[in-house]
Amino acid sequence: MLTIATGNKAVAAAIKEIRPDVVAAYPITPQTEIVEQIAEYVTSGELDSRYIPVESEHSAMAACIGASVTGARSFTATSSHGLFYMHEMVNWAAGGRLPIVMANVNRALGPGWNVWAEHTDSLQERDTGWLQVYVSTVQEAYDATLMAFRIAEHHDVLLPVMINLDGFTLSHIMQSLETVELGDFVPPINLPYAIDTASPRGYGTLTGPNDYFRFRWDMERSMRDSVAVIRETEDEFARRFGRSYGFTEDYHCDDADVVVVSMGTIGKEAEVAVDQLRREGMKAGSMRLRWLRPFPDLDLSGRDVVVIDRDYSFGFGGVLAQSLKAKCGVDPFSVIAGLGGQEVTYDDIASFVRDRRIGEEHWFGVSD
Amino acid sequence: MTEIPKEEYILKCTSACAGCSSSLILRYVLKAAGEDTVLVIPACCTSVIQGIYPNTAMNVPIYNVAFAAAAACASGMSEAFAKAKKKTNVIVYAGDGGTVDIGIQALSGAFERNTNFLYICYDNEAYGNTGMQRSGSTPTGARTTTTPGGKMHAKKDLAGIVAAHNPPYLATACSAYPMDLFKKVKKALSIEGPKFIHVLAPCPPGWRYPSEQTIEVGKLAVKSGMWILYEREYGKVTINGPSKAAMIKPIPIEDYLSVQGRFKGITREAVDMLKSQAEKTAKHLKLEEEGIC
Repeated sequence: MLTIATGNKAVAAAIKEIRPDVVAAYPITPQTEIVEQIAEYVTSGELDSRYIPVESEHSAMAACIGASVTGARSFTATSSHGLFYMHEMVNWAAGGRLPIVMANVNRALGPGWNVWAEHTDSLQERDTGWLQVYVSTVQEAYDATLMAFRIAEHHDVLLPVMINLDGFTLSHIMQSLETVELGDFVPPINLPYAIDTASPRGYGTLTGPNDYFRFRWDMERSMRDSVAVIRETEDEFARRFGRSYGFTEDYHCDDADVVVVSMGTIGKEAEVAVDQLRREGMKAGSMRLRWLRPFPDLDLSGRDVVVIDRDYSFGFGGVLAQSLKAKCGVDPFSVIAGLGGQEVTYDDIASFVRDRRIGEEHWFGVSD
Repeated sequence: MTEIPKEEYILKCTSACAGCSSSLILRYVLKAAGEDTVLVIPACCTSVIQGIYPNTAMNVPIYNVAFAAAAACASGMSEAFAKAKKKTNVIVYAGDGGTVDIGIQALSGAFERNTNFLYICYDNEAYGNTGMQRSGSTPTGARTTTTPGGKMHAKKDLAGIVAAHNPPYLATACSAYPMDLFKKVKKALSIEGPKFIHVLAPCPPGWRYPSEQTIEVGKLAVKSGMWILYEREYGKVTINGPSKAAMIKPIPIEDYLSVQGRFKGITREAVDMLKSQAEKTAKHLKLEEEGIC
């Protein structure tokens, strides 16, 4: 069905289709609309989930963990400070191998208080063992949420998945949304080793130096195996519903001499900048990274790379820029732009490309 | 005469300290709860007592969870079981630090939401697992590794805080009275909604008394009125047998304090504070039982 929706409403609509057993809810701007909309669905009877209005984000993730370990499907949504407040449990969910799905609406961190888009929140969770996907449109937020459950619950994965959408520039903007009849695209959850009182086990028992690393390696092995599961899931989604995705969304990259790499809604602005630069005769392209974990193999060799980081690791650099240096062997022009909702237009992005200084870092808006 | 089931849900050879009352408490809790039970355990002595991977000393599923998260984790579990139409008992078994300090927010939230579960706090009045540091539940005058001169502040009124949530069932118990505890767990689990049992758990290494005196120390706590056994069912208070007698004629609290090394050198002032706190609690409970307040 074709409708219009905000990014937040699209995530909630996907949850209505997925029918999780348990939803834990705690409000935080700019995510609140997701849990409000789910509350509406539950109250009206459109969604038969147990809705737990928890007293904190730490408890939101703890409740999802408690539900998940019984073999139930669980979901929550958060943002920024909420994500950090639940940080301990974010780790616990992944270490416990629980296929929880969470939407994180990317937002900057205080102080000072700032509710606008930034990626630093989810990037600081990148080492927790969660799969992370970054979306750029309302439709993609919906589709990625549907696929997240199938990927997380796949027995080759059994790791939680975080769907990241930019605060306000995606969470609160209206775009067209084609909803789907899910059918059997996401099979019923079947968690191995779910709690069973007829077969009692200890979960998270004290684990010594001779065993602990084996569990960590198993997480990494599953993270690697998730690459194939993501591909297979996205291919099947394209076959059934006609929309295809990948680890990156590439725009005029094939013959490009210079490629803009970014995540989230800035990636859509970058496509407009590419059109403009191409009209000027420059062979520019845009590569929007969708999956940050697992991090894909990217072929960026032989061209200039301009990376836009909507984040920063103090004393080190833009997280995406550093990741590309380490994983792809490129030395990009690293632009730090869009922090705390700083406006970044396609004109600005085109300027980054025209004025690129390969190997250097540039803070947009700060006079050098 | 109450029949105590012969089934054991704690297997032999746990790594509990000699004379540990916590494993005694859990033994009776599980006998009362039976096999269709899941334990949620935050960081506490029981994290260690249950053994080391790949073994477990418990014959019910245990979900170990982060320190502050037990009640919230149990909320999710309870809702998931309800969705699956399962009647499985969800029991949080947590120490005092994980309850009165770091876990109190999650506890309060779970009780406010009317979560169907039983929360048991076994209270050894300090962070025992990390080697006896003071908690909000440590009594005035007790020496711990972080109050080497004796604690200056009063023990937090945990049962009072929980009572403010108006749960259908709240009780106190003590490891020295296992039959009383058994009956309270049975009763709690027959009631829908959030239930709470606060159990005093004497600790030989922490309280510094010989390990064979665990039962005796627990009895002294009750007989001196330092610990009062009672139930609060739908708001109605009933003071239980051993404490009824203690309220009429308590033994001197010095009899309870003097057998424990943690109170060695306690000041007269601290003893007086403990006395007045105990008297105040007793008086209040008595008035409540009589329906006066």
